[in-house]
Parts: sequence; C-alpha cells; structure tokens
Amino acid sequence: MTTIATSLRIGRPPVPLSLRIRHFIENVFLYAFLIGISAFMLIPFIWMLSTSLKPPDEIFTKPPVFLSPHANLDSYTFLLQNGILRNVANSFIIALAATLLSLFFCSLGGYGFAKFRFPGKAAMFAFLLGTMIIPFTIIMAPLFVMMRNFRWIDTFWPLIIPGAANAFGIFFMRQYISTLTSELLDAARIDGAGEFAIYRRVVLPIIAPGLVSLGMIFFMSSWNNYLWPLIILKSPEHFTLPLLIRSTIGPAGRTIWNVQMAASVISIIPLLVIFLVFQRRFVEGITAGAVKS
Amino acid sequence: MSDSAILKTSRLTPVGARRASLWREIFRARWAYLFVAPFFVFFALFSLYPVLFSLYLSLTEWKGLGPINFVGLDNYQRLLNDTIFRQAMLNGVLLFIMYVPLMTLLALVLAVILNSKRVRGFRIFRTIIFIPYVTNMVAAGFAFRLLLNQSDGLINQMLAVVDIPPVPWLESIAGARVSLCLLIVWAWLGYNMVLMLAGLQTIPADLTEAAQIDGANYVQSFMYITIPLMRPVLTFSIVLSTMGSFGLFTEVSILTNGGGPINATITPIVDIFNQAFVNFRLGYASAMAYVYFAFIFVLTLFQMRYLSRTEET
Repeated sequence: MTTIATSLRIGRPPVPLSLRIRHFIENVFLYAFLIGISAFMLIPFIWMLSTSLKPPDEIFTKPPVFLSPHANLDSYTFLLQNGILRNVANSFIIALAATLLSLFFCSLGGYGFAKFRFPGKAAMFAFLLGTMIIPFTIIMAPLFVMMRNFRWIDTFWPLIIPGAANAFGIFFMRQYISTLTSELLDAARIDGAGEFAIYRRVVLPIIAPGLVSLGMIFFMSSWNNYLWPLIILKSPEHFTLPLLIRSTIGPAGRTIWNVQMAASVISIIPLLVIFLVFQRRFVEGITAGAVKS
Repeated sequence: MSDSAILKTSRLTPVGARRASLWREIFRARWAYLFVAPFFVFFALFSLYPVLFSLYLSLTEWKGLGPINFVGLDNYQRLLNDTIFRQAMLNGVLLFIMYVPLMTLLALVLAVILNSKRVRGFRIFRTIIFIPYVTNMVAAGFAFRLLLNQSDGLINQMLAVVDIPPVPWLESIAGARVSLCLLIVWAWLGYNMVLMLAGLQTIPADLTEAAQIDGANYVQSFMYITIPLMRPVLTFSIVLSTMGSFGLFTEVSILTNGGGPINATITPIVDIFNQAFVNFRLGYASAMAYVYFAFIFVLTLFQMRYLSRTEET
C-alpha cells in the first residue's frame, strides 16, 4: 500500500536503473531493426533516382557514387523527345476512365445491396463474393480472343470496360454504405424523388470519402497493371508506362539503365504523390475489407 | 422504413396469393435489381463466358485462328509429363515455403513494434515501409536487377566492403530464387504490416495490460492474447500471400527475364502466358490454367479450414 501511495504522490513509480538500461538496449535494437528495414525499402528508389541522373559510362562505377559530378537530366530530355508524355497521357486516360466507370457501377451495386431488400438478395451477394476466387489466369486467353473479335486489340477499351463492375468494389461499397443511416434516403423518397435521383443527389455526396478510398485502389491497380496491357497493346504509341519501361531495352538486349530508370521514376511519381497526400484514406481502403472478413 | 422494404408474407396466405405477392415484391424492388444488374451482366460476359470457353478450349487444340480440333483429355494427359509446368508448380511451392513464413513473421513483428507506443516516428516508418506497395513492379523489378548485378551492382559492392565475395544473385538457381523472394517481400511487406496494424488496433489495450498485471510476460501475452485475436487478419494475410507466391508474373518476367536461370524461377502464370501468347497453343494453355486453378482452390480451401479451425480451440 505504501508504495502505491508514494508513487501516486510522485506521479510515476521510480524505475530501477537496471530496468532503464535494459529498456535503452532494447530501444537500440528496435531502432536498428526499423532503420535496417527502412533502408531496404528505400535503397531501390534512391538508386533508381541516382542512376537516372548518371551518364551511361558511370552507371557501374567502383566504388559506387550516389550523385555523379557529371549528373544531368539527359535521360529525361531523351524520354521527352521520344514522346514519353504520350505514354503518361495513355496511363492517365486509361486509369482515370477505368476508375470513374468502376466507381459508378460499384457504388450503384453496393447501394443496391446495402439499402434495399429484394427476393434473392442473399444468394446473389453470396454468388458475387464467390466470383472473387476466379483467377485472371483462367480468363486471359479466352478474353483476349473475345477482345480480338470485338476488334479491340491495341485499343484502350479492354483495359477499361471488362473490369468495370467488379465484385471487390461492390463488396467494398456495400460495407461502406451499410454503415450509413437510411433517414436521408427516406426523407428524399417522401419528397417524391426518383430512385436514381436519390442515388445521384443523396447517396453519392455522402459516400464521397469511400469513393476516394476505393478510387485510389482502382487507379493504382490500373496504373500499375502490366500483364493485361502487355496482351492488349501492340503499338508503342499506345503503351502505358510499365510497357514503356519494358520497351526501353536497347538493341541486342542491352539495357540503357539511365533511361530506363528515368522512365521508372516518371512512372512512380504520380502514384507516390497521390499516396502521400491521401495516405489515411488509402490505408483505410486497403484494410477495410480485410479486417472484417 | 423505406418504400421498397418488404413486409413478411403471412404463413396463412394461400399459395397463389403468395406467388402474386412475390411478383409484387420483385416489381417493387425493380430499382434494386437494376442497380445490381450491371455486375451480373459484366460477369456473364467477361468472366463466366471466358471461364466456360476456357473449359471447352482445354479439351481442344487451337492456334487461336482456324479450326478448333476436339482432342478430349489429351491436353491434361500431356500435362502430366510436362517438365516445365511441373517445375513451375514446384517453384511456386519453394517460393511459398521461403516467402510466406518470412513475410508473416516480419509483418507481424513490425506491426507489433509500431503499435507499441515505444517508437517515435511511427508514421514515418509506416509510410516508408508502405511506399513499395504503390510502386509498379516493372520499375521495381528493373531497379532490383540493377542493384543485384553480379559484377558491379550496388549490393555486391556493399558486401565487398565486409569481404563477402560477389554473390551470383540472378545468375544462379538459389540466388535467383532468393532474389525473387526479396523482391516480393520488399513489395508486399508494407501491405501486410498495415493489415496487421489494423488487426492489432481492434484488440483492446486493457486486455494485454490486464494479463501483464496478472503476471504474464510480454511473450506470453503475445502468444495467448494477441495471436488468437489476430487470427482472422493473419488468415487473410497468409491466404493472400500464398496465392501471391503461386501467381507471380510481372516480378518474374522482369527480374529473371521470364523465369531464368534454366527455369529456376518460372511460375505457372508465366508458363501459361508463354503457351497462350508465344506458342499460340490456346487449348493447352487453358488446360494448364484449369489445373493451376484447381490446385490454388484446394490449397486455399485447406488453408482457410485449417487456420480457422484452430481458432476455435
């Protein structure tokens, strides 16, 4: 009893010296571990940036140099002259169109499953969840044939349309919309608003934060996609950024490392900025589905 | 309640009236059907039809153009003796053994460290570890190739400082597998850590505190409170990592040039891609895709059952 009383008076029980030393040593190990992991995470980016600024003959110097005295922007101007802005635009157009279209269908479907009761709903939703286990691998060859029959090869449509109403997005939006109260919807209905008008004028504004979270996931997966664009896009002026980076391999398989790393830096920056600005929303979006299911 | 809410039909109503009221319910909910319809239309067109077409193709020989020859189960039979496909599945198993325990352990340890309020700069570390997740794999794969260059790469030069001879990272079988594992740990650690952080935050802090007051040490409260409560998140993370270690494509096609050296890192997806889009053997590729799917499906089912059964104890 007395020890509790004294510790209350002082505010905090006195920590014995041996324990403080132990804590200090533990902290040293913790920080060393964290800094080591962080270095592992950052070195590829640092080296990418550094290499993109080097002249070709200084890429593999011994000892390695981070910032060469001859650092320049040659590889970036080379890429600009060769029309990389066109590839940036391709990536943006595809990612933006795919994101907006998916957000529309997924929020609509999520709203339907969250706020309506209708015969067969439970079975339909279970079916929707079940479709998520189908891997893309099993679809890719026949879907390619289908796109060819649509005469969509080497166009942006296959990268925008087939994934537009996807199960993950509808599941995500359903979870999000379920947490909202129905009062506003009922009020709008009593005012005589049509069902689609309610979705557009009442539901959409309320779910804006959820749309941002999901939209970032969609945008990222479209921007970073490699396999499907590789199958679909044939002419270099239609390439997205990942395909462009791949195609900067020089003649006879020789890699022009500085140009390739410059293209990589350009491809990473837009997503990095979006991520750093909306970090919280992004992390929320990613963990939302996982923690519940 | 909303207009479209459905009143429960009484059990006493005659069958005819009930059927009529079912139609009325459906009609009343017509907007809801319209709202969820796009998914089913898109699914039927762009998933279900390809899945069924693929099943049919797996029983045929087809170059993608011209006549489709029905060959029955020949493709599946040939698959039994396909050494490359067998190697690809085996590589998946090897990667799974290396990657999944390493990833789960690292992500869990990092999440626990960052969740305890002992570390300053929690947000900075979390951000840094997460950044690779938003990076496209083509850029990352080439950056790793540059770093792991045998004769002059940065990593081997750093190792030379502590007198370690140059490691043939991408030139040897073991080296290439380890490099691939490193690349996907790098890419996915942040994602899994963030998942586990979210899981940890659902555990009430007073629970572990109470255990520690009762005399449990840190390891005990971790083993008997944290891990069991984290089971849903751990299961999710392990299942996803498992699918990931069999489903690599971009990583391999960039880092090891599509599966080298001598197919040491080839994956089922790369193999299927090559058969379908390089050799134009669409029937055979479809059979491979079905075998791959069946394998992943059974593995996932087994993992989910096993991991959630232990939850009950």
